[in-house]
Amino acid sequence: MPGYTIAEKILAAKSGRSSVRPGEIVDAYPDLVMSHTATWRSVSVMQKVGAKKLYDPDRLAVVLDHIAPAKTEKNAQDQQVSRNFARTNGINKFYDVDAGIAHLVLMEHGHVAPGDLIVGTDSHCTIYGSLGALGTGIGYTEVASVWITGKLWMKVPDSFRISLSGHLRPGVFSKDLMLHLIGSLGADGCGYKSAEFHGESARELSISERMTMTNLAMEMGVKCAFVPPDAKTEQYLRGRLEGSRRYQPVQPDPDAVYEKDLAVDLGGLEPMVACPHEVENTKPIRDVQGTRIDQAFLGSCCNAKYEDLETAARILKGRRVHPNVRLIITPGSKEILLEAAKTGVFQTLLESGGLFTNPGCGACAGDGGILADGEVCLSTANRNFLGRMGSSKAEIYLSSPATLAASAIKGVISDPREFF
Amino acid sequence: MDSVIQGRVYKFGDNINSDIIIPGRYLIYIDRERLAQHAFEVLGEGFPAKLREFQILVAGRNFGCGSAREQAATAIQGLGIHAVVACSFARTFYRNAINDGLPIFECPELYPDVQEGDTLNIDLAAGKIRLREKEYSFPRLPDSVRKILELGGLANYLKTQLQ
Ligand code: SF4
Repeated sequence: MPGYTIAEKILAAKSGRSSVRPGEIVDAYPDLVMSHTATWRSVSVMQKVGAKKLYDPDRLAVVLDHIAPAKTEKNAQDQQVSRNFARTNGINKFYDVDAGIAHLVLMEHGHVAPGDLIVGTDSHCTIYGSLGALGTGIGYTEVASVWITGKLWMKVPDSFRISLSGHLRPGVFSKDLMLHLIGSLGADGCGYKSAEFHGESARELSISERMTMTNLAMEMGVKCAFVPPDAKTEQYLRGRLEGSRRYQPVQPDPDAVYEKDLAVDLGGLEPMVACPHEVENTKPIRDVQGTRIDQAFLGSCCNAKYEDLETAARILKGRRVHPNVRLIITPGSKEILLEAAKTGVFQTLLESGGLFTNPGCGACAGDGGILADGEVCLSTANRNFLGRMGSSKAEIYLSSPATLAASAIKGVISDPREFF
Repeated sequence: MDSVIQGRVYKFGDNINSDIIIPGRYLIYIDRERLAQHAFEVLGEGFPAKLREFQILVAGRNFGCGSAREQAATAIQGLGIHAVVACSFARTFYRNAINDGLPIFECPELYPDVQEGDTLNIDLAAGKIRLREKEYSFPRLPDSVRKILELGGLANYLKTQLQ
């Protein structure tokens, strides 16, 4: 009997089975159900179906991140519903509008451990695989259903193994790796699959870089994505995990069955940019450099972590943002902002001409920093869809934080390698 | 859910994402009618009104990719669309459509043959789609999923479970 992949092992464990194979449909019990700004919608479903009791309040996490703090009266009312729901139901993992983006907040606060099954009202739940947890997005009605019943049906996915070798060259990051992969595989190149990143080179990448990878994997259609947990994972979790929580890292078997094997030499990669209006529309930097930008957005769950801000600051230190560019920095979380304030990254970015907004999704969710007709934005987020940041006559390009910083200085999309 | 769905087709290409189906700024709504007013509006003025003349959407690969917003399925229903037939669906949209009571079918063979304005006849029990004289089959949905669709979505299904 061949071995099992990470997704197969986690889904077997969470559905009380000794083993499962791709294609099987199981009733799985998630360890954590995340709901963000959509929480009020799930609350309304609960009311509609007449349910009073939660399966287990300790498995719920509520984080108010999109459009936070409230921009309109309607937002304020919706947030009030979510807040009241969290209070009356004794939801301990409740984070209000000051905390930041749900995904990052939950990992920083130790609510995600290797081997966990996590579902939530957001497609980028795949990010939890950076710590070896199976994360996947569902809608708000289904979240309400899991709140009440504790379970949901899940199909066991086939897995792809992506083996990484070599080293990223200076000025090249895991964002570039992912844009390269999405561009070559397409927006559904990993549709319904579980993607596992293997190899010594994957183990060399920081947890922050792994977060970018498993977050962006969503843009090639994955159900979930993983970097198998290792010493770096353990180090990240130390001091973060809740209370006395123990975990059993789930590793793929050496003889696990993969539908496809892909290999990428990190040393062969160069800075990449996703062009409007699809993430799969990627090009190497040399084909787009010189494109005028009006706004540079350093934000999102994909690339507004501390390391990302630090990379941008390294390039911007002692330099100025081009007068025709607005550099908007929206830290992923309060913890990240605090760290940036402590280390001087905050000051460097401010002094260079950057504007800080409060932590959260910000312009990625159409909040502070939206675009007018004809404007061009370079963003470190994970989506450049038509109309996503305001006007449907605006254009969004995606890049790494380094490419963003270099471009903010020059006023046009620019190769960051000259700064390394 | 009727066991036969018939209607005129509007045809889309590949990778129609959920930001196109319903832009993020309208996620403050959850009711069909309000969402439908803005469905696909980024594709051009008058688009939501135009789509109301059709009952079935046909699309290429990866329909509904991107955000997990359930309102993508709700907005489509609000337009009076009874079914979506695509070469493939993004998994979040697939689940949301079922949970919202919107019948969806994967049938890549149909795509090249069908054009805007064609009439399709979808027979759920038989697992067949008819276009003019030709028949196409689609994989049967698992029973549990059919049950949710038959009851008009997951909320109604939950109600029956809780009684
Ligand atoms: S930062 Fe952007 S992609 Fe991430 S959860 Fe917020 S809106 Fe979604």
